[in-house]
Amino acid sequence: MEEKTRPEEVMRSGHAACPGCGLAMGMRLVVQALGKRAVVVVVPSCVAVVSGPYPHGAFGVPMFHSAFEIAAPTAAGISRALDIQGQGDVPVLAFAGDGGTFDIGLQALSGAADRNENLIYVCMDNEAYMNTGIQVSSATPRYAWTGTSPRGNTRRKKQIMEIIAAHRIPYAATACIGFPEDLIRKVKRARELKGTRFLHILSPCPTGWKMAEHMSPKVSVAAVETNIFPLYEIVNGLEYTINHEPKRLPVETYLSLQGRYKHLGAQEISAIQTETDHSWTELQRRAEPEVR
Amino acid sequence: MKKFLAGNHAVAEAVRLCRTQIVAAYPITPQTPIYEKLSDWEAAGELGGEMMPTESEHSAMAACLSASLAGARTFTATSSQGLALMHEMLHFAAGCRTPVVMAVVNRTLAGPWAFWSDQTDSLSQRDTGWMQIYCEDNQEALDTVIQAYRIAEKVLLPCMVIIEAYFISHFMEPVEVPAPELVDRFVPPVNIPRRFDLENPGYVLPTVTQKQFMGYRQLSQEAMMYALEVMEDVDQEFSEVFGRGYGLIEADGVEHADLVLVTTGTITSTARVALARLRESGYKIGLLKIRVFRPFPTEALRRVLDNVPRIAVLERNISLGREGIFCSELKSALVNSPGRHQIQGYLAGLGGSNVDPDLIERVVLDALGRKEATDEPIWMMEEE
Repeated sequence: MEEKTRPEEVMRSGHAACPGCGLAMGMRLVVQALGKRAVVVVVPSCVAVVSGPYPHGAFGVPMFHSAFEIAAPTAAGISRALDIQGQGDVPVLAFAGDGGTFDIGLQALSGAADRNENLIYVCMDNEAYMNTGIQVSSATPRYAWTGTSPRGNTRRKKQIMEIIAAHRIPYAATACIGFPEDLIRKVKRARELKGTRFLHILSPCPTGWKMAEHMSPKVSVAAVETNIFPLYEIVNGLEYTINHEPKRLPVETYLSLQGRYKHLGAQEISAIQTETDHSWTELQRRAEPEVR
Repeated sequence: MKKFLAGNHAVAEAVRLCRTQIVAAYPITPQTPIYEKLSDWEAAGELGGEMMPTESEHSAMAACLSASLAGARTFTATSSQGLALMHEMLHFAAGCRTPVVMAVVNRTLAGPWAFWSDQTDSLSQRDTGWMQIYCEDNQEALDTVIQAYRIAEKVLLPCMVIIEAYFISHFMEPVEVPAPELVDRFVPPVNIPRRFDLENPGYVLPTVTQKQFMGYRQLSQEAMMYALEVMEDVDQEFSEVFGRGYGLIEADGVEHADLVLVTTGTITSTARVALARLRESGYKIGLLKIRVFRPFPTEALRRVLDNVPRIAVLERNISLGREGIFCSELKSALVNSPGRHQIQGYLAGLGGSNVDPDLIERVVLDALGRKEATDEPIWMMEEE
């Protein structure tokens, strides 16, 4: 494969995540696209593990390790202070996990989005509380095994993008490491805008998803090509654009790569397929008239 | 200029005078008039700083501490449930060494639900690492906010300025509002360390080792003890500039007193009236007001109380299962006194009922007549 670009790295070697961590790869791409002139907030989550314990700091930008549920107001406070100091052009980006976004941080995120605070919020979604050792969150998909859903999760994954869209913020997008150019483009697009910008990044977790260390990029591609995790953007909460026309592979292609789904029978797989098809139809309806 | 102001309004005046840059807030009775007044001024272009109307007190404190880390002068105000909701962020703001200033309007914590004055909300934040200053009246509330910015930004610890619901927050009194030029000279332009330096990027608050954690706590404790000196210096300078000073504590008529009555907040004002009456009748009663609760002014208290045989502590709060919190703190501060003390705790006005001069007189006479102190506090009920 031809090497297209080699941008300046902001992430340094020696992060503290598990081998093959898809979340660490995602953070690397995000900060690379963001550039060094930025302030980054992390909160308790695997994003803080990646950031490293004292005296290590995995990123070459000013960072703050804030508290679990306050990624959004933390970034908002810093952003307002920088603006007062005449540095309003410096982007402030907050990384949080799915627990810190879908669950405990949702109220604070909603408040910041409602006020259209000037920040980029990036949810690194590995679909469970992985930092505390794989417990179910409201981002965990139906039927997935976790330590607290030992017979498979009974709830469907919360539709965070719809909740975010309902706030009518300037920009929201999904992305994943399987499509790095798309991810980088979205971070750069977000960086050029003002107000609350939200990125939902699927972050494969070899440890929690029960797969081999080399699988994160491959499973990301499968998530998109099966429509489990479509790539799209929402401008002002209403204008949907689908960014990648998927191959519409059967969901089993994605599920069979991961040990967390190994207990599934034909009935469960069929239910996931039906739900995935419905969601895709609904997304297409919202993105009409054009599908790019 | 003398203005006729409610305590909440007096606090807002001070926040504006100190050129506070970011005010993050969320409404809760009886604090809300502070938030409303500052919002009115912002809408009229008279605030200087900006309002940040958050969706909770928890997020308000999150925003204050992060803006403060970035170098901004911040303020918020809350009461009761809102303060309790903030609890996690209070530890965090102090641990981050941010000089956030907050007004706390003391109000009962549910359940049961009530809206009146009770100091248990702020006192139960004792161990969060915040400095706490309890005000007696509206003038002291305004003056203490101004002092709080000087103190907090010097020692890099957050500071609560505490006033009681209604007795201060909503009661109107003549208040001297100092000229902006005078306050500008007293509270210098914002020079809080900016922790996010693009030229020299660092990682603020990473995970540390056990040993490092203990080291950080030790540094915070040193800062707290240093704050006692800073508070005295700031108060001294304040009195030179503005003609009013308050001290860490205030002692009145304690030398050769048979009994010293210890009070805080608004009960102190009423006690001044009650004790004047008793002194006219020949009783030798001293009054001691504790203004600063954190850091606790142990040395200042011992200087005044070491040789006082009888002490009565009258307060509007309780640590359930023990006693009034100021009483416990005072007992522990005096445990190494050379002489013996008889210290009796009294509770009154919990839930915001009135503590009038007659009640205070009953407390004094009861304390004088006791052969021994009880370990349990005595509940003083308002007479029907």
